[in-house]
Amino acid sequence: MMGYRVVAFMLLMAVSILAMFLDIVPVLVAAFLSAVIWDFFFIPPTMTLTVGTPEDGLLLLMYFIVALINTVLTSKIRKMEKEVKAKDEKAKSVKFYNTLFNSLSHELHTPITTIIGCADNLQGNAPSLSEKNKTELVSEISVAAIRLNQQVENLLNMSRLESGILQVKKDWCDINDLVYKVLQRLEPNLSKYRIAVEIPDQLPLFRLDFGLMEQVIYNLLINVTQHTPEDTLITIQVDSQRDRLILVVADNGSGFPKKEIDKVFDKFYKLKGYATSGTGLGLSIVKGFVEAHQGSVKLENLPVKGSKFTIEIRTEKSYVNRLKNE
Amino acid sequence: MNNQTILVIDDEFQIRKLLTITLQSNNYKVVEAATGKQGVNIVSNHPPDLVLLDLGLPDESGHEVLRHLREWYTNPIIIVSVRSSEEDIAKALDNGANDYLVKTFRTGELLARVRSALRKPGSELNIPTATFRDLTIDFASRTVKKDDSIVKLTGTEYALLSILARNDGKVLTHQYLLNQVWGASHQNESQYLRVFIAHLRKKIETDPNRPQHIITESGIGYRFIGNAAVRERE
Repeated sequence: MMGYRVVAFMLLMAVSILAMFLDIVPVLVAAFLSAVIWDFFFIPPTMTLTVGTPEDGLLLLMYFIVALINTVLTSKIRKMEKEVKAKDEKAKSVKFYNTLFNSLSHELHTPITTIIGCADNLQGNAPSLSEKNKTELVSEISVAAIRLNQQVENLLNMSRLESGILQVKKDWCDINDLVYKVLQRLEPNLSKYRIAVEIPDQLPLFRLDFGLMEQVIYNLLINVTQHTPEDTLITIQVDSQRDRLILVVADNGSGFPKKEIDKVFDKFYKLKGYATSGTGLGLSIVKGFVEAHQGSVKLENLPVKGSKFTIEIRTEKSYVNRLKNE
Repeated sequence: MNNQTILVIDDEFQIRKLLTITLQSNNYKVVEAATGKQGVNIVSNHPPDLVLLDLGLPDESGHEVLRHLREWYTNPIIIVSVRSSEEDIAKALDNGANDYLVKTFRTGELLARVRSALRKPGSELNIPTATFRDLTIDFASRTVKKDDSIVKLTGTEYALLSILARNDGKVLTHQYLLNQVWGASHQNESQYLRVFIAHLRKKIETDPNRPQHIITESGIGYRFIGNAAVRERE
């Protein structure tokens, strides 16, 4: 039979292992219980709580103290580890938000500074300004205000998404109407690009939120104009597959850097090395609005040249438009 | 032609100032109200030719002011609202607003809407023939011509076109159109509306994908644009 002293070490080990995973209170209970169990079952005379020799009494006391110290120390170490981790995470997120606020602050302050500065000039130096200068200042105010308006629009859309107040109001949509409506709105931005629209003649109607989908296509096209040179070919393809709407926006530009392609949908992410203005919210709003429709969006580089966004949304469709015209 | 009075009901001083300057420099007389109550008072004492009404007022909601005004006031009311809710706008239009402007709007847009709302004579329905650029509609014989050649329309298509054209320049909500053309029992069958708008565009628009007459107002409805229509009276 195993000596009862060896049992003490085995119990001690068990308590130590528990201390690595459990909180201090249950481990203290375990330390106390194991001391009692050792005494009751193993220290002669067994099956009693009495201790036969003073030597065994000393052993029992030492066992209890060691188990206690072990428990307290382990739990202290674990607590410290947790704190360090939390600190690290906080530092990381502080750094993330700093970058983000710097970028956002820049995006908002640039147009505001322009507007205030131009207005100051017009107010203070009005007599000494030439007519040409005045016209220029006014036009700067106008450009800056439009830019500011876009940024605010993006931020508002993002907060609509994040606050959870965004409601998808689905109604029957004519995809032709949707796509061309956006193209018409973007005419000034797209005038120097080549646009190809491929929509099947007999495409059914889909139930979607027209306003949100308009913003999705708008943001995708704006994104293309920000990252590709003029004269790039932009293709918009729409198709119906089983119970899904498939919408593709592709271009034959230079594609996305491989390292960054997974990050482009992240909030506030801006591609490195592009001087384009923007809050880095456009594509995350695309993702958010599509996901609000229970759909998905993916981005891939095309094998030869360019990139391709594919949106898939599962939604009801209606073929009433195929009925013979009365 | 001007010297018409416009009442601006908006709690934001800067917006009132902007609207006032814009309208005054285009020869309109402007009266301002900062609250709904003040606005309703002014309308009952000196009814203006047109009201620009902000939906977000401090004392009572613009919807209530609109409902209140529409109990007796028949001149045009244009809603000015912050971009956000298509539902809100549709509701205001269904409750008798003539048009809407979304902040941030451009002043050119504002003036165009005001002109269009003021242009309309009340007896529109009595005009037998109307010409809208390349499009001529003879309401008496129910015939439509595009560039002098007759366009064959089905009964529903004609009903839809005539109601849009009779409200030249005005946004008609999906609900309103479904109600007027298909009847109250078809309120939820907006897919027919989409299809018939598409059919109509193919027949009357030079490029159906770049419509010049029937404009989609996202999430709200459609607007017919006759633009500088030369109306012929018998």
